[in-house]
Amino acid sequence: MDQMFWTYFFVGTTFALYIGIAVWAKAGSTDDFYVAGHDVHPTVNGMATAADWMSAASFLSMAGLIAFLGYGGSVYLMGWTGGYVLLALLLAPFLREFGKFTVPDFVGDRYYSTFARVIAVVCALFVSFTYIAGQMKGVGVAFSGFLGVDFNVGILIGMFIVFVYAVLGGMKGITYTQVAQYCVLIFAYTVPAIFMSMIITGNPIPQLGFIGNAAGTDVSMLEKLNQTVTDLGFLEYTQSNKSMIDIFAITGALMFGTAGLPHVIIRFFTVSSAQAARVSAGWALVFIALLYTTAPAVGAFARLNFIDSVNDATYIAETGPDYSTKAAELTAAGQKPVPQWYKDWEPTGLLKFEDKNGDGIMQYRGPNSPDGIENEVNPNRDIFVLANPQIAQLPGWVIGLVVAGGLAAALSTAAGLLMVISSAVSHDLCRRTFFPDMDDKTELRVARFAAAGAVCAAGLLGIYASQLGFVAQVVAFAFGLAAASLFPIIFLGIFWKRMNKEGAIVSMLVGLISTFGYIYFFKFGGGSPEQYLFGVSPEGIGFVFMFLSIIVGVVVSLMTAPPPQDIQDLVEDIRVPGTRQSHGVADAGMAPAE
Amino acid sequence: MSEEKQKIDVKGYWSEVLTLTCSLLAIWFAVSYGAGILFRDALDNLSIGGAPLGFWFAQSGSIFVFVILIVVYCRRMTKLEEKYGVEG
Repeated sequence: MDQMFWTYFFVGTTFALYIGIAVWAKAGSTDDFYVAGHDVHPTVNGMATAADWMSAASFLSMAGLIAFLGYGGSVYLMGWTGGYVLLALLLAPFLREFGKFTVPDFVGDRYYSTFARVIAVVCALFVSFTYIAGQMKGVGVAFSGFLGVDFNVGILIGMFIVFVYAVLGGMKGITYTQVAQYCVLIFAYTVPAIFMSMIITGNPIPQLGFIGNAAGTDVSMLEKLNQTVTDLGFLEYTQSNKSMIDIFAITGALMFGTAGLPHVIIRFFTVSSAQAARVSAGWALVFIALLYTTAPAVGAFARLNFIDSVNDATYIAETGPDYSTKAAELTAAGQKPVPQWYKDWEPTGLLKFEDKNGDGIMQYRGPNSPDGIENEVNPNRDIFVLANPQIAQLPGWVIGLVVAGGLAAALSTAAGLLMVISSAVSHDLCRRTFFPDMDDKTELRVARFAAAGAVCAAGLLGIYASQLGFVAQVVAFAFGLAAASLFPIIFLGIFWKRMNKEGAIVSMLVGLISTFGYIYFFKFGGGSPEQYLFGVSPEGIGFVFMFLSIIVGVVVSLMTAPPPQDIQDLVEDIRVPGTRQSHGVADAGMAPAE
Repeated sequence: MSEEKQKIDVKGYWSEVLTLTCSLLAIWFAVSYGAGILFRDALDNLSIGGAPLGFWFAQSGSIFVFVILIVVYCRRMTKLEEKYGVEG
């Protein structure tokens, strides 16, 4: 009960904090609502960006994925951090200098075309909705797994919280709640990691423990891990069975996809200048790196711990006091009983044991099992982060903290995505496309309505998507589409003055259709891995089609008339901070910010 | 503002920005795609602490370098802006 108390305590306190911040940071204008008044401090924005970026997947699933995939998990580590270098050097400062509210704003104005704006809106909406479904599902899982609340009720509670601070506070409310959420999630992630590092390597810093020796020996931790997994018939931890080209392409798709994700880009519109945008991207990566350099250590430690405590343990079917008696008997007889944490997690279905050879002992084996015993234990990868504190026998409050951290990660990302969705509807579609005469007050009202609608849609999606079970499959869409359709036109729009409307439209469509078609074919259309183009899986295909999209865009631009002089002047302006002026066609619909 | 802009050597500024960007991106490529993927087998013969070097670059080392790259970029850009009198 102690653990339950702490879980309610941390979740309740953090939720109250988020709502408190929302009431304090109420948005008064569209400027406040979309871009938090353009005056967020770079460090604050960096922290908010880190929370915005690190989702339920980063917090709950990534370390588990790495634990399972070993070297293959590196694609997530490099891909989801390397994108920030691209953002800082190629996009963020220039987009800030451009001075509008959204990604479709840039596309529509730079390419002087309503059609281009609408395609960008479609891309942004598609990417954001696929992403948000996963966040809502994460919220449902956290509630149902820890607080004994029904899955759907969990999602409703999550929706209510996001509703309050996103609809009231807009970007301003979201920014400051994200700062709080970052603090909660990083604390919740690193505390168990430090404890585990101490136990396994004797070094309290996980990043050092990762490259250090196993505690009390002169064998390195990774060598010990390699030995342990190969003994059970798994591939060496530091190897992968993915081909080099696939690893290359997936890393690329994740990096360029990260740089092209609208909910990340809009965070850089909230700071005061191009210089602040650069600094802010640096801070964001520092805050992200804190978690991302801890994750590989957590993955490796978790794999070791898991094998150590579960493999060859004697299974006990009883629960509660009967379990304890039996476990004590087994221990007294010199046998290893199934650990308590395993019994605690068994009802969630995240761990499955099937006694194939009927000996009552849990054999955990890889595909090349050396003793010919079949694998009997199937852990879900999310279990590694969720059960880590218990596996490492940490106190009950740490577990409560991890739950609050997981919820913070899911809610902060959901809120950022909601902003993209609501601004795409109220700003890009209503104000900039259909009703250019709308005044600021009306737009703000529409934006609030759109945010409210988006919260409901996201909640429903979370509820239904979890039943369909395809959330993990469609995440590949989000990164692939962002890399192949959004990144090329934003990049070319800044670095190549000659890029025109025709090139941009064709480029976006080529990236969108080819990537969508490829992923659809292999995920849902029955394509088999032998048919992969260049041996690249759907997760990495966005990287390949990004080059196609760039080439097509450049060729079509060269074949058609150059963009108007106004646009070329505008591109010159955004390259040099502080020289941005208003330019006819591009700024006719909306003046750039100071 | 347009007078101000005429005083700035836009071409010189932009070409220095591009040089800086390209050299930093070369390092970005080298530590992730290079050390972590393409040449990892060769680098794995060396080690950092108890980890094979190529593997370490793929899982941690590249991230540390990414952070340094952005820090260097911010500093150099501030200097460039001072040099060319761009207000940032």
